[in-house]
Amino acid sequence: MTTITEESAQIDETEKTTAPRRRRPATTLVVGLGIVVAIVLFGLVAPFFTQDPLAVSNDGMQGPSAAHLLGTTQTGQDVLAQLAHATRGSLMVGVIVAVLALLLSAFFGILGGYLGGWLDEVFSLFTNVVLILPGLPLMIVIGSYVEQRGLLLIAFVLAITSWAASARVLRSQTLSIRSRDYVHAARIAGEKPWRIISVEILPNLLPVMSSGFVFALITAILGEAGLSFIGLGVVGTQTWGSMLFYAQNGQALTLGGWWWFVPPGFMIAVLGGGLSLINFSIDAIINPRLRNAPANVRRVQKAEKEAGA
Amino acid sequence: MTTLTATDLSKTYLLRSGLRFSRLQAVQEVSFELSPGRTLALVGQSGSGKSTIAKLLMQLERPTSGTLLLDGAPIGRRGRALADYRHEVQMVFQDPFASLNPYHSIGHHLLRPLLLHGRATARTAPGAAKELLERVNLPADDAFMERRPHELSGGQRQRVAIARALAPGPSVLVADEPVSMLDVSVRLGVLNLLARLQQEEDLAMLYITHDLATARHFSDEIMVMLRGRVIEHGPADEVILSPREEFTRRLLAAAPEPATNQRFLAEAQRRGVPMPDHLAHQEDLG
Repeated sequence: MTTITEESAQIDETEKTTAPRRRRPATTLVVGLGIVVAIVLFGLVAPFFTQDPLAVSNDGMQGPSAAHLLGTTQTGQDVLAQLAHATRGSLMVGVIVAVLALLLSAFFGILGGYLGGWLDEVFSLFTNVVLILPGLPLMIVIGSYVEQRGLLLIAFVLAITSWAASARVLRSQTLSIRSRDYVHAARIAGEKPWRIISVEILPNLLPVMSSGFVFALITAILGEAGLSFIGLGVVGTQTWGSMLFYAQNGQALTLGGWWWFVPPGFMIAVLGGGLSLINFSIDAIINPRLRNAPANVRRVQKAEKEAGA
Repeated sequence: MTTLTATDLSKTYLLRSGLRFSRLQAVQEVSFELSPGRTLALVGQSGSGKSTIAKLLMQLERPTSGTLLLDGAPIGRRGRALADYRHEVQMVFQDPFASLNPYHSIGHHLLRPLLLHGRATARTAPGAAKELLERVNLPADDAFMERRPHELSGGQRQRVAIARALAPGPSVLVADEPVSMLDVSVRLGVLNLLARLQQEEDLAMLYITHDLATARHFSDEIMVMLRGRVIEHGPADEVILSPREEFTRRLLAAAPEPATNQRFLAEAQRRGVPMPDHLAHQEDLG
């Protein structure tokens, strides 16, 4: 037994001497992924075990107790059950929007950037027009005109107002990659344009696209929460924003019912933080210089302190 | 075998800065012929239009005027005819760090042209790729095929790029400064490899360089370019030994010669090393 522990201790030693430089950036990724995975699992699994989120009862505005772990709303609905269903709804909106925005930005950004010419001019003009569309006011206008605001409609409205920025990033990246020698080499080898885009260029855009996807996810969830909070959100599906809307309507703040509005707010903040952490580590993968930046800052601060003392 | 003839090739770029347009004449009325088994060296400074000629030959750019003939027939510009042209004419790029896709394995870079040009079927392609690797003196095994470009040295990458250019079985090869980005220690190896492959395949080769010494050593003819124009064109030794143009003489003089170093000369004299005549008098320069 002792020999085994000694061996494992030795292995730990050698790993420590070689690994720490590599591990440091991974901590942000691990923490970010941990948060996001936990919230996603909560949204997927918890709704099966909680009470009916819409079931009304007589004990309204009760604080956390054994019967209701996160208390009840004014009409006696279970907050935990609502939170579980709202998590599912918010994530669903976020993922649908992020996928739509990714497809739109990839189509307009990559295709325009690679093919160039008048098509690029038209696509760029369209992208710029959409880019300067004020997102929230547009959503309010569309949201208030449409009677039946389903999940897909809200997701669609959020998607068409949020793809333009990443389309511009993708276009400029494609322009840069298009003129690299390996793309010329692929043309000389006789590859077809669609294959050059999908096999030679697209893989090199993956880091940029994944960071765009994560960013779209954050904006979509925040945007939906904002829309729901002002009462223009999805009808019939619970989200974190709709929970906040009803909490505001039920005067949770003035009645001191913190258990009603803190959980959804907390979830929005934590999920945003987790996704941002993932985005930072993707950035560090794209730009290796960022990996050592925190350590460098610390080194400079230490040197300054020593110089001051 | 195949001869590629360029006649009065010109390329003018339209430059736009704001609302003003200006013209850049990158290449002006350049004519030459690439014939089997012979190497034409294209020499000139940066910006003299050497790489533009490579792009025109590879149909990455369209010439503004002039004609390109492959075996006397106008070259194909699109579709099936363009594929046939690519089958005959291939290129090795200057920078081996940029010419291989960082995302793909070495195998991908060799298998794609083999398959695209019908040189192998999906089943025989790996074997054919290994044969190519062997021909450029690289380890021909599965482990090497699976490696990514960033795991290779500059010289190895350039050998992969050469293997890729040979994959379609071309008869004309354009080498755009194939060794200028490589370590001095591996340059000769890559150049010797190109020379050997040229002999084996009876390739017509365009060797673009700014190094007159290697141009003389590896090519039959030398063409000197200055600001888009060819100012001197002739057999390699003739251009080097009796240059007609002032610019060519300046290019020759620009190459550092160790023998003009006074310390070197003094040391050589002390040891009694015999000196060529034209150097023996340089002591007077003091």
